Amino acid sequence: MTAYTGTGALVRLALRRDRIMIPIWLAAFVLSASSAAAAVVKLYPPGPELVKASEQFNQVSAVVALYGRIYDPNNPGGLALVKLGGLGSVFVALMSILLVMRHTRAEEETGRQELLGATVMGRRAPLTAALIVAIGTNIVLAVLTGLILIASGLDTNGSFAFGASWGGVGITFAAIAAVTAQLTTTARAGTGLASIVLGAVYVLRAIGDTAGPNGPTWASWLSPVGWGQQFHWYAGERWWVLLLMIGFTIVVVPIAYALVARRDLDAGLLPDRPGRATAAPSLRSSFALAWRLQRGVLYAWAGATAVLSFVLGNIATNLSGFLNDSSQAQEFITKLGGAKALEDAYLSATLGFVGVAVSAYGIQAASRLRGEESALRAEPLLAAGTTRFRWIMSHVVVALLGTTGLLLLVGVVTGVTYGARAGDMGRAGGVIAGALGQLPATWVLTGITMAAFGIAPKVAAIGWSALGAFVVLGVIGPLFPLNQTVMDISPFAHSPKLPGGVFSATPVVALTGVAVLLVAAGLYGFRRRDVPVT
Amino acid sequence: MSEAIRVEALVKTFGRTRALDGLDLTVRTGEVHGFLGPNGAGKTTTLRVLLGLLRADSGTVSLLGGDPWRDATDLHRRLAYVPGDVTLWPSLSGGEVIDLLGRLRGGLNPQRRKDLLERFELDPRKKGRAYSKGNRQKVALVAALASDVELLLLDEPTSGLDPLMEEVFREVIREQEGRTVLLSSHILAEVEALCDRITIVREGKTVESGTLTELRHLTRTHIAAELAGPPSGLDGLPGVHDLVVTGARVSFDVDNDNLDAALRHLSGSGIRSLVSQPPTLEELFLRHYGDHVEPQPAAVAR
Repeated sequence: MTAYTGTGALVRLALRRDRIMIPIWLAAFVLSASSAAAAVVKLYPPGPELVKASEQFNQVSAVVALYGRIYDPNNPGGLALVKLGGLGSVFVALMSILLVMRHTRAEEETGRQELLGATVMGRRAPLTAALIVAIGTNIVLAVLTGLILIASGLDTNGSFAFGASWGGVGITFAAIAAVTAQLTTTARAGTGLASIVLGAVYVLRAIGDTAGPNGPTWASWLSPVGWGQQFHWYAGERWWVLLLMIGFTIVVVPIAYALVARRDLDAGLLPDRPGRATAAPSLRSSFALAWRLQRGVLYAWAGATAVLSFVLGNIATNLSGFLNDSSQAQEFITKLGGAKALEDAYLSATLGFVGVAVSAYGIQAASRLRGEESALRAEPLLAAGTTRFRWIMSHVVVALLGTTGLLLLVGVVTGVTYGARAGDMGRAGGVIAGALGQLPATWVLTGITMAAFGIAPKVAAIGWSALGAFVVLGVIGPLFPLNQTVMDISPFAHSPKLPGGVFSATPVVALTGVAVLLVAAGLYGFRRRDVPVT
Repeated sequence: MSEAIRVEALVKTFGRTRALDGLDLTVRTGEVHGFLGPNGAGKTTTLRVLLGLLRADSGTVSLLGGDPWRDATDLHRRLAYVPGDVTLWPSLSGGEVIDLLGRLRGGLNPQRRKDLLERFELDPRKKGRAYSKGNRQKVALVAALASDVELLLLDEPTSGLDPLMEEVFREVIREQEGRTVLLSSHILAEVEALCDRITIVREGKTVESGTLTELRHLTRTHIAAELAGPPSGLDGLPGVHDLVVTGARVSFDVDNDNLDAALRHLSGSGIRSLVSQPPTLEELFLRHYGDHVEPQPAAVAR
């Protein structure tokens, strides 16, 4: 028996378990790529219009910071895919992280690995199988994306290069997740650690992409997401970047294997320290427990958003250097944020983006309810004198207060950084207001998660689907352009565009009302249903 | 109040599965009541209904004089529950879980907590993820037994314990004077050793309920005897089964209602030696669990 015995069977098991999830991921990526390509090919035939639109895009460093650069303004592929090249590859990376974690650490954590490990199975088999599945999925993604882009009317070389950039970013993050899965004892922490790496390298490429000729342009080269963009798809493809990605994977994967060889089943790299023999006096309610369970993740989010906000606040004042073509640039950014002043437009667009990210935190925090129920940990609490109302609210309050705290932090850090750089601290207030203006929309997402949990717990993950759909509406809707009524389905479409925009109380109150109704619906459903629903 | 739990004609369905199909259960105040049944018989579902976690489709359920669905929280302060499948929060230590559950219930007895930790040899400083199944069960048991409650609902609490710890568990349960205990189990020796009364369920229905003596009465005794001469007419007697005659030796099973008549008949042939074995709980259990439930011996006799 070798260390790899049983890999084939595990690959088949993983594919069987993911037979719905992987095709949905692939379809979502391929369809968003093809719709983005089709929209630009239709709107901008090669010619001066296309060049103008592409150059405008590059001139606004805020937009470049968020998505990346267009390297050849003459090729419609650049404008079509620049957003998906940056932000899209983040989701590709997330897919890889989730796939690897699901078949490695999550299996160990639930004890299923033990069941399998006792059969004829090599020590390296689970990790190898997870990597085969994740890398295979990314290869399929690369090919399918290339093909659909060609079918959408873009050139062959660039299309396959774009597909390869997505697949390449996905594969590097499969390798990164393979390492983080060994470091932590829970899949959640492993995913969190890999996501922090992802966030950090995204910021690195933002710094590199917005740097002037003498600035730290090399920062983009420290980032796997940056490599995906340095592929220069639709702009004289640099195929050798693919070697860089493969080389990175070949270096990182052995680290994961070395860690596997050094640790025991179920163990992380750091041994567990003994805990308290008795509980702290404060641990006496279901809310105290929810806070105890969730605080670590919230602290990590707070740290990551604080760093991100600092970077974003600093970028804001660099915008003045790009004002030479201001009327057209403003017209473009008006589409994104809806305001007059360029910096304000940048800040409000950025805060809209942050609102989406913080919504993900809210969904994640509220999803704990379902996780606790499925793991049969709700049962002992509900059987020990905790009312259903108190139990469900304990996690929902963490989600609602957590999103509030995070957005307040974003507002303060971004506002103060920006105000200090601009030499006008008075500007911080508008930024804080803009950040807090995102709150009602994030609460709606928390509310959707909670309502699904209470009424239809088996589809409690619908909060994530809703977030995905709203993001697609927001990014792709204006490109087509979609009917405004359709785009208005997204709560993010109603968040105030601050600073710079006009504040109107009606949408804010309405969104808050919707969130309250959703939370109430979840409560109503949960108080009437069976626990646990498995 | 003389009945801690009264369940009548309880029905609970999950989709098309009928988990409970007219189950009856009565637990008297102060008794240790064994709740027996094969895997999937509906024991855990019944307990979850009693806790107000699942809502009954029909039937009546009364727990400590209240309705477990409507009065869940008030009732929960008066009971403690040990789930069959104990999962702990990975990052909390066993001691923290014990204290948290105790506090949610309204406090626990620190002296008893300390005693129980010692007797069960449980290290409260380990994190939830580091405990074995048996140790996770001990955490839940200590949390339940250290609370000042009237009623203990225990769902197969010893399935992960080693024999020594099982003995500790039995001792502790015997000490629970004045508390009502509903003990779901399929470990017969444990039920036999601890329980005052027993309810046997199968496929969501109650098939038998009573004291062990009463239940034994409903079944058969095995008789092996050596007689003065070959017996005659034994196979014609009502209630006699599996008769084997080898010369002057006979062995057979007899329904307890017909035991007297069978022994009289034997003594007519002159008994040299006689061994009678009362039915073990295993036999009781197997009779009710076998794929086809045989007709009640008592009914055959009539």
